[in-house]
Amino acid sequence: MKPAPFAYVRAETLDQVFDLLDEYGDEAKILAGGQSLMATLNMRLSTPEVLIDINHLEGLSDISSDGDVLRIGALARHSDVLESEHVQKHAPLIAKTMPHVAHQAIRNRGTFGGSVAFADPAAELPAVTRALGAIFVLQGRDGQRKVAADDFFQGLFETDLKENELLVGAEIPAIKDGERTAFMELARRHGDYAIVGLAVQGRLEGDTFADMRLGFFGAGDQPILAKSAIAALNGQPNNEGTIKNAQDALDADLDPMPDLNGPAEMKMHLARVLTKRALAELAA
Amino acid sequence: MDQNVDITMKVNGQTVSRRIPARTNLVDFVRYDMELTGSHVGCEHGVCGACTIRVDGAIVRGCLMLAAQAEGAEVETIEGLSDAGEIADLQKAFHERNAVQCGFCTPGMLLTAQELLTKNSSPSREEIREFISGNYCRCTGYQAIVDAIDRVAEERRG
Repeated sequence: MKPAPFAYVRAETLDQVFDLLDEYGDEAKILAGGQSLMATLNMRLSTPEVLIDINHLEGLSDISSDGDVLRIGALARHSDVLESEHVQKHAPLIAKTMPHVAHQAIRNRGTFGGSVAFADPAAELPAVTRALGAIFVLQGRDGQRKVAADDFFQGLFETDLKENELLVGAEIPAIKDGERTAFMELARRHGDYAIVGLAVQGRLEGDTFADMRLGFFGAGDQPILAKSAIAALNGQPNNEGTIKNAQDALDADLDPMPDLNGPAEMKMHLARVLTKRALAELAA
Repeated sequence: MDQNVDITMKVNGQTVSRRIPARTNLVDFVRYDMELTGSHVGCEHGVCGACTIRVDGAIVRGCLMLAAQAEGAEVETIEGLSDAGEIADLQKAFHERNAVQCGFCTPGMLLTAQELLTKNSSPSREEIREFISGNYCRCTGYQAIVDAIDRVAEERRG
């Protein structure tokens, strides 16, 4: 299908964006990479009056690092994140994730900030930012505020972003010595939305799990930090019993929705299988 | 607010200016306004890859980008790549290896294959499959397409 008619503004400044957001409110949509928005417009699931194209705002595409914090601008394209040496060095979990984020033609347009702000519970990046303890920078007309990923995601496609705010970047704690990562997802076709998946970062002190963070996608109405499973792992030895406890704990963490891929029980089963595999990869 | 936009871009090397409805996506623009019908329209929500077009040197989904967003850009379609001879070897290999049946996916496949081979001169068969995973083919079962791309990769390495 074709989108319903709308007006289009190529924003040159943040003030222009806020003016339009103030004027049009709900009837305005921010167009970043557009790789989810355009599909919803084409299907007329969304019929805004005006699209505010933010692709030409300056300074929002940079990827940089000061050693402690990796900064990814909201408009950094997935393909830029995929190829970034800063990301490979300081956030190997993101580097492992990016090849699974859609397909090349979509990665060439889709943006990091767009994926986070859209907050699709089936998308990889929101869950990965939870596993990494990322902090998001939200810009309003009068300044910026920072919100932890753990507080940012609030429900199905719902975030802490206010109507007149723009996500401008993410700050990600750089990986520290001894931290390990693993990424697993199950998709019917490489690059498609996963049936279920998880991103893991944490440490093994000798044989004992520590500082574990497991972020799940496709497992509920929002990206999920699996707190019960994490509690079952931290301080415990890496053995069959611990893994089994973590798998069982997922019942309290995850609440997958049935869809065309299968019923919720099947997704719970797959989440348990992937968790075991991811922990094995982490320890390898 | 005005629901039309004025745009100027290069399409296959030629500068074009038009006034179009803002909602026009890039693939419809090249098909209807430029009458370049080699780029196909399949699913219109970014799944099938039939609408693959190159913008400023990188492939995109023509159905997930507005023509208005290509303002000032260099847009290249299958016609441009084909006429320039840039993918003559890929076209020949697709033909010889029978990697084409109905042909609907072929322009998108060729543009995607070309981007793969520019980024990676010796992809494994697994890497080829992964890279073209965003382009549906409902005829060939992909085997022949992977063969054709594999062969061209080898030929280009010399």
